[in-house]
Amino acid sequence: MLQISGLRFAYGAGAPVLDVPSFAVERGERVFLFGPSGSGKTTLLGILAGILKADAGEVRVLDRDLAAMSGAERDRFRGAHVGYIFQLFNLIPYLSVMENITLPCRLTAERRARLNGVGMPYAAAKVAQQLGIGNLLHESVANLSVGQQQRVAAARSLIGTPELVIADEPTSSLDYDHREQFIELLFESCKAAGSTLIFVSHDRSLMPLFDRCVSLPEINRVGR
Amino acid sequence: MLLLSLAWQSLKNRRLTTSLTVFSIALSVALLLGVELVRVGARDSFANTISQTDLIVGARGGSLQLLLYSVFRIGSASNNISYSTYETFRKHPAVEWTIPYSLGDSHRGFRVVGTNEDFYARYRYRRDRRIEVVAGKAPTGIFEIALGSEVARSLGYKLGDAVVITHGVSEHRGILDHDDKPFRVAAILGRTATPVDRSLYVTLYGMEAMHLDWGAGAPPMPGEETPAAKLKIEDLKVHEISAFLLRSKSRIDTLRLQREINTFAGEPLTAILPGVALTELWRTLSYAEDALAVVSFFVLAVGLLGMLVSIYTSLNERRREMAILRAIGAGPQKIVFLLVAESAILSVAGAGLGAAMIYSFCAVAQPVVEDKFGLYLPIQAPTPLAWTYLGVVVGAGILIGFVPAIRAYRNALADGLGVRL
Repeated sequence: MLQISGLRFAYGAGAPVLDVPSFAVERGERVFLFGPSGSGKTTLLGILAGILKADAGEVRVLDRDLAAMSGAERDRFRGAHVGYIFQLFNLIPYLSVMENITLPCRLTAERRARLNGVGMPYAAAKVAQQLGIGNLLHESVANLSVGQQQRVAAARSLIGTPELVIADEPTSSLDYDHREQFIELLFESCKAAGSTLIFVSHDRSLMPLFDRCVSLPEINRVGR
Repeated sequence: MLLLSLAWQSLKNRRLTTSLTVFSIALSVALLLGVELVRVGARDSFANTISQTDLIVGARGGSLQLLLYSVFRIGSASNNISYSTYETFRKHPAVEWTIPYSLGDSHRGFRVVGTNEDFYARYRYRRDRRIEVVAGKAPTGIFEIALGSEVARSLGYKLGDAVVITHGVSEHRGILDHDDKPFRVAAILGRTATPVDRSLYVTLYGMEAMHLDWGAGAPPMPGEETPAAKLKIEDLKVHEISAFLLRSKSRIDTLRLQREINTFAGEPLTAILPGVALTELWRTLSYAEDALAVVSFFVLAVGLLGMLVSIYTSLNERRREMAILRAIGAGPQKIVFLLVAESAILSVAGAGLGAAMIYSFCAVAQPVVEDKFGLYLPIQAPTPLAWTYLGVVVGAGILIGFVPAIRAYRNALADGLGVRL
C-alpha cells in the first residue's frame, strides 16, 4: 500500500526536515503516527498526499511513485485516491454540509468516477449516515458543533472510497469522550470503504485504539 | 462548470465586499461611459448647431470666418453681398429655400440679425428642430423685433418693451445708437441651446430702416433723419445682406451649386458646406476631447486598482480555504482558475451594472441636460470606443485576477497543509 525508502525533504534550501530510510503501511492498516510538535508530522503527511515533493528517495503509494510524478499528476492522484482530514476549521464555510462532503467529487473527475455511477447526493448521504450526520445534510456548516464539523470533514475525506485516508490531528479540539466516539466512527467508515488510515496526533492516550503505532522520531533520522 | 459555481458561491458568501467591489467597478464604468457619452453628445450637438442647410454663402473670404459670423455670431463680415445676387440664387432652379442674414448691429452685446420669415419657417437645428415662437408673433412690421431665449432671459424683456439697437458691436450702449428708431418686442423665441438664443431678430426692412439716410458709415445729421412714423415697407428697398443659408433641392446639386457660387461672375462669393466646416472647427478644439480621454484613463485606472485591492485583501482571509481545496485535490491551475473566475465575474457584473447605471441616468437626465447645457446625450448603442472601454475593463479585470491567483498558488504551495489559522 505504502512504501517509503530513502526519503529526504527540506523546505527550499533550509535544514532537512525529513530523512526516512524506510517506512511501510499495509492495506487496510490503521496506523497511529505520533511525535512532538515540529518533528515533521505534517510535512510527512504533505508528502504522502502529494502536496509536497520529496527531494530524494521513493514514495510509493498504491504502487505509484509520488516522487517521480509531476505536480499535476500528484494533484490528480491525490484527488482520486487520498482523503484528508484537518485539525479544525476545515470546512468551506459558505457551502452546506452536502456541498462540503461532495466537494472532492466536484473538484476532480477521477474522484467522481470512483462513485461507480452512484449520484453524488446519494453517496454523500450514505457516508454521512455512517458517521451519524445523515440528518444534517442541508444545514449550513456554520450552525454545526465542533464535533459535527469534524464528522463532516471525515465524510468529505471518505466519499468515493479513497484507498488512503490521512488525518492530521483531527481530534485535538474534541473532548475525550467525543474523541473515542469519533475515532470509532472513523474506523468503521474506513473499514466500510476499505481505506487505509494514517492518523497523526501527539495525544498518546489514543494509542491503544490503533492496530499499530509509529513514533516519527524513530523512523526519521533528522530528529535524532 | 463546477468550479465556476464554486467561485460564484464564494462571492455570494462575501456579499458585502462583493457588492461593494462590483459597485465601485460599476461607478468607474459608468463614469467612463458617461464621459464617452458626453464626448459624442458634444460633438453631435456641435455638428448639429445648424441642420438641413446645405450651403452657407457670404462675400469672398475665409470659410471659418463665414461659419463663425453666420452660425456662431462671432466676428463680423468683412463684406456684404448685394440683394440682387441673393435674389438670383433664391430663385435658382436647384435651390429649395434660402434664409438671408443681415448682420452688423447689436443690443447690449447681443447680435442683431436681420432676416425674413423663412428663418422662422425653414431654419433647422439638431437635425429637425425648428425655431419656436413661445410668446407673441414672428416680426413682420419694420420696427418689430424677436428675442432669442437667452437674450429675453438675461435682459428680462417682455413683449411690447422698447429696444434700442446699437450700431456695430458693443457691450454697452454705444455712441452710435439707433435711438431715433426704437424697436418693439414682438416675439420671444423658444430655447434651442444654440447660438440662435443669443441674438435678436428683426426684418430685413427694419435693418434697412435703421440705416436709412446713413452715408459712408456715418449717421445722418440730427434733424435730417426720416422720422420712424413716416416709414412704410413699400418705401424701403433692401440693398445688401451679409450672408445667406441655402438648401438645395437634392443633395447631388449641392456641390455643383457650391462651384457655381464660388465662381459667380456677378461678385466674389464664398459658399461653404456647414457640416464640413463645423467638423474642421471641432477638430481644432480636439484638446477638449483629449482632456476627456485623460480623465477617462484615470477613472479606469482607479477603478481597476480598487478591484485589485479588494480581491487581494479578501485573499488573505481565504488562505485556509485555498489550502483545504488543494488538500482535497484541487491543483494549482484550479486554484488560479477559481480566483480568475471570481475577478472575471466581478468585472463583468461591474461593467454590466455600470452600463445600466449610465443608460438609466441618461434616460432620466437627458431633457434636463439638453435644456441646461444645450448638450444632447444620445441614448444609443455603445460607440466602438465605449465597447473598447468595456472590453478593457473586463479584460483587465481578468488579468488582475491573476495577481492574487498566482499569490494564492504560491501560498498554497508554501503553506502545504500547515496553515493553522
